[in-house]
Amino acid sequence: MRTVDLARTAVANTFRAKLRTTLTVLALFVGAFTLTITTALGAGVSNYIETQVNAFAADDVLLVQAQTDATIAAESEGPAEWDPETSTSSSSQAGGAPLAGAQAEPLTDDDLDTIAGIDGITGIDPVRSVSTDWVSHDDGAKFEFSVNPQSAVTVADLDAGDQLDHNADDFQVVLPNDYLDALGFDTAADAVGADIVIGMTDITGAAHEVEAEVVGVSRSSLFASGAGANNALVTELASLRTAGIDGADENSVIAIAYLESGLTADELDAVTAALDDAGFSAQTIEDQLGIVTTIIAGITGVLNAFAGITGVLNAFAVVALIAAAFGIVNTLLMSVQERTREIGLMKAMGMSSARIFALFSFEAITIGVIGSLLGVGAAMLVGSGLGGALAAGPLADLEGLSLFLFEPASLVGVVLLISAIAFVSGALPASRAARQRPIESLRYE
Amino acid sequence: MNPTTAVDDPAPPALQAVALSKHYGSGANRFDALTDVTVSITAGECVAIVGKSGSGKSTLMHLLAVLDTPSSGEVRIHGTNAQSLSARALNRMRNREFGFVFQQFFLNAQQSVIDNVTLPLTIAGQRRGARRERAREVLAALGLAEKADARAVTLSGGQKQRTVIARALAGSPSVIFADEPTGNLDSATGAVVEDLLFSLHRDRGITLVIVTHDDELAARCDRQIVLRDGRIVSDSAAPVAVGAASEEVAR
Ligand SMILES: Nc1ncnc2c1ncn2[C@@H]1O[C@H](COP(=O)(O)OP(=O)(O)OP(=O)(O)O)[C@@H](O)[C@H]1O
Ligand SMILES: [Mg+2]
Repeated sequence: MRTVDLARTAVANTFRAKLRTTLTVLALFVGAFTLTITTALGAGVSNYIETQVNAFAADDVLLVQAQTDATIAAESEGPAEWDPETSTSSSSQAGGAPLAGAQAEPLTDDDLDTIAGIDGITGIDPVRSVSTDWVSHDDGAKFEFSVNPQSAVTVADLDAGDQLDHNADDFQVVLPNDYLDALGFDTAADAVGADIVIGMTDITGAAHEVEAEVVGVSRSSLFASGAGANNALVTELASLRTAGIDGADENSVIAIAYLESGLTADELDAVTAALDDAGFSAQTIEDQLGIVTTIIAGITGVLNAFAGITGVLNAFAVVALIAAAFGIVNTLLMSVQERTREIGLMKAMGMSSARIFALFSFEAITIGVIGSLLGVGAAMLVGSGLGGALAAGPLADLEGLSLFLFEPASLVGVVLLISAIAFVSGALPASRAARQRPIESLRYE
Repeated sequence: MNPTTAVDDPAPPALQAVALSKHYGSGANRFDALTDVTVSITAGECVAIVGKSGSGKSTLMHLLAVLDTPSSGEVRIHGTNAQSLSARALNRMRNREFGFVFQQFFLNAQQSVIDNVTLPLTIAGQRRGARRERAREVLAALGLAEKADARAVTLSGGQKQRTVIARALAGSPSVIFADEPTGNLDSATGAVVEDLLFSLHRDRGITLVIVTHDDELAARCDRQIVLRDGRIVSDSAAPVAVGAASEEVAR
């Protein structure tokens, strides 16, 4: 028997006992539905947290400053219009940096040498002092504007466009999306490629304007704020600020220390301890995340609650699948019993035992595929609906969060897993059918 | 088609049973369904196996068709011991060489007539187009052309039996085994089915092995083998039944 005929026959047989098939399919449906929902929920939440962490910083760096009692700057609500009378120049070191607001002493050249000399640290980069006043687009209104000084180690959570190119010579900006309306862009995509003008004041009090291209638009992130600027732009802004006066470059408060790659946790501890002894405080990305996480504990609490639900749901899915497995065994055993003669006839006509086994296995898999496809499909519908409703309502503040993330690989995984369960459950009835002797099956009662 | 031509034929007989015995159970429960049966059937013969109920007719037919394994003795197909053949070769042989008409129809009630008829071709691995074409040909020959797409359950008894014969014929077998082919038909439809079988035998030279307890049907065959309690008591191919059969085997 050709495989296509085998498949065709198996599918036809599956639909022959509709009620029985439906009941078994239902159990598989519940299992597939639940598994899909829980994996999508898990993926959605962890993807969100991951993007947030990525937006915050790259790996293998420490943020170092002189020891102090660090406090965290309060969150601000979108950009305020720039008023030359009241608005102060927003210095990048105070604007949105994770260690912002820390009243630390600037790092001296000696400090930098000391830090660079510590084992495990391969390089040190003082965060350049960049201060900007405002931003405008198309000669429109000017808005207060700050540049995230850590752009170099930050991967933005992009809404549109591309990440910064730190090797490029032209001036590039990643614009936070809360500036879109203010600057007169309809959509994030509209802003990409547009030129904006950044205004700043140098230490002599003279005003400067720098034009830069928007290469990307970032979602406002839990952990990072301020616009991103590539190295070329940061350098330009920093040198404009000193107004060509030698030694006017203020020493940095924060420096980025680059770590040897592949440090173990113990080695990392040794590096931090050495920095601590030398009078510096250092924080890894995880440390910073910890701090910020405490602030947004309320939000993560909600997310964790969802994650907790997935555990319960998964247990439920497992129970449903076990029930379904027994359902398949039962359905097919009945089917084998009922079709004793049909099996005998096919064997008498020269169908091999292997093909009989394949036929019944295929029927089991058909049930599995139907149940899992329906379950996965329903889960996607319900998940997208629910996710959309939550994102529009209670979770509206968590920008870029899709609570249910349906990854093709895990959808296929659920279908394969359930088909495999169906196949294994079908093995006993199928082998019983395959072992049947034609002559026993054909004896009339 | 005359049994005597077989004697001159140097080719080994199509079907041969040599000292065939079949028993069920063991010890005190042992039941001998067939004892020391030796018989040769030449290609193109039409043989009736007759005897009372329980005399072992079906048992013998099943052994000859290699649907069952003997307790002792052997079945030879064209001179080859069936037990020496692989399962694959046996399946292939039953599929290509044999056609079966069982006492019950064993039709798949919910399937169309044509799907029932194509079953042996499907098992043989023929493509859908080719096998349906062949099935329509056979159905047309049996006067069932317009029933091809009807569900089997809607057929009358005679139509069902003709469908079964169409199924047996679809693979162009060289031997048709028929167990009580007219057993559950009224005498008029039974006669139609009988005529059909004999015309196949006559026109296409198909070997017929018919199990029956209907004396009239048996009489229409070239040869009658009579079983009683699992032994051959007479074989019309030779007046001294058992001895002649053994001689034939010896030759
Ligand atoms: N699987 C079995 N187990 C035990 N006894 C069996 C089995 N199959 C057949 N028999 C016995 O073997 C004997 C011969 O059976 P068989 O079916 O060959 O008879 P038959 O001549 O075809 O009879 P009928 O005309 O009623 O079909 C019977 O007595 C039957 O009871
Ligand atoms: Mg019988």
